[in-house]
Amino acid sequence: MAGSLRALRRRIRSTQSTKKIFSAQELIAGARIVRAQARVEASKPYAREITRVLSALAGSASLDHPLLTERTDARRVAVLVITSDRGFAGSYNVNVLRRTEELLGLLRNEGKEPVLYVVGRKGETYYRFRDRDFADSWTGFSEQPNYSDAQEVGSTLIDAFTAGEDDDIADAGDPRGAGADGILGVDELHIVYTEFRSLLSQVPVAKRMAPLVVEEVDEFRDERDEPQRTSEVPTSYEFEPSAEALLDALLPKYVTTRIYAAMLEAAASESASRRRAMKSASDNAEELAKNLARQANQARQAEITQEISEIVGGADALVSAGSDD
Amino acid sequence: MATLQVELVAVEKMIWSGEASMVIARTTEGELGVLPGHAPLLGELAPGGVVRIRPESGEDLVVAAHGGFLSVTERGVSILAETAEISTDIDVERAREALRRAEQDGDDPDALAAARRAQSRLRAAGQDA
Repeated sequence: MAGSLRALRRRIRSTQSTKKIFSAQELIAGARIVRAQARVEASKPYAREITRVLSALAGSASLDHPLLTERTDARRVAVLVITSDRGFAGSYNVNVLRRTEELLGLLRNEGKEPVLYVVGRKGETYYRFRDRDFADSWTGFSEQPNYSDAQEVGSTLIDAFTAGEDDDIADAGDPRGAGADGILGVDELHIVYTEFRSLLSQVPVAKRMAPLVVEEVDEFRDERDEPQRTSEVPTSYEFEPSAEALLDALLPKYVTTRIYAAMLEAAASESASRRRAMKSASDNAEELAKNLARQANQARQAEITQEISEIVGGADALVSAGSDD
Repeated sequence: MATLQVELVAVEKMIWSGEASMVIARTTEGELGVLPGHAPLLGELAPGGVVRIRPESGEDLVVAAHGGFLSVTERGVSILAETAEISTDIDVERAREALRRAEQDGDDPDALAAARRAQSRLRAAGQDA
């Protein structure tokens, strides 16, 4: 009996200390959501401006830039998955990885070969554990991504995309069809990340980043442009350097900006999921500690009752032994 | 007097916005001054360059802007930069250190870009680069 009481007390202690960890994590995640949301907001002016510049350019430059042209025989497709570095975030990673699997299935059905690029340690271990190949991975910044991280990812993807431009051109030298540059590139860029809709709802989404669709650019067009656009002739810009050269410089930056925006949203979603998971974990721990305390009290009382009855029994025995004399 | 509505935006945040009487920048094609009423223009900022914003009153705002674009419309001027620092926030010692390191690293593109960034930071802070 005494043993079970000791065991119960030990379990209560350990439950309480894990609860402390959970609630600390919950608080940290809560503070991070606020910061992540602020960063999402702070990055919006740039996204708005670059989109406006791009729409202005789209009207003036010829749109045959590789990042804008649909490739007729898209064969290899890059899929960028954004996961978290740490666990403790409930179903966050599971959801985004499941969405990725759906996309991969879809792409395979279309006869394309998906190539994975992974952000976040969780995604990396997921694919490594399953012995699945991925082309590249980046870790260590999922909670607080910087623009330089997005640049690193972006330049890798854009390089792969540019390298894919000449793939499949009849070149007998390379059986993989890597084209003149000998590098096997990709023909499309997709991104899977978790969209932050609200504190309670984060949805994994898959989007195509390249080739860019020009309509997509229109949809971002600043409402400030509208009145003027309808009333006057479209503004004719001077370009320094030429419109084509500007487009060349701008489009990769635009893609990087979108990757950065996705990373920021994913970071906010990650913190929100983590806070929710940690909240229910600490609630559960509290419930468990309460039940255990109840059991422990019962055990303690049973022990006391037993001691009393042992003492009483012993005294009785002594008394009756004494009366015999 | 007519003024320009100027917005200076870096990727991570809006750095400065307000009224100005003139903006001076260097594009890849050459030095350029924008006054109110300038024709619409899109330009790529030269690497290692510095942007000056002259407010209606007070001192010029000197900014080290890297990897940026300049867009002039009827409504005003927006300067888009991957990173941008206002001269008063620049740590000259650190910029010098960064330049020294980048120059030691030699010719690879990353080091060159880092050197350009450091140079423009120094120039914006009014130092020799």
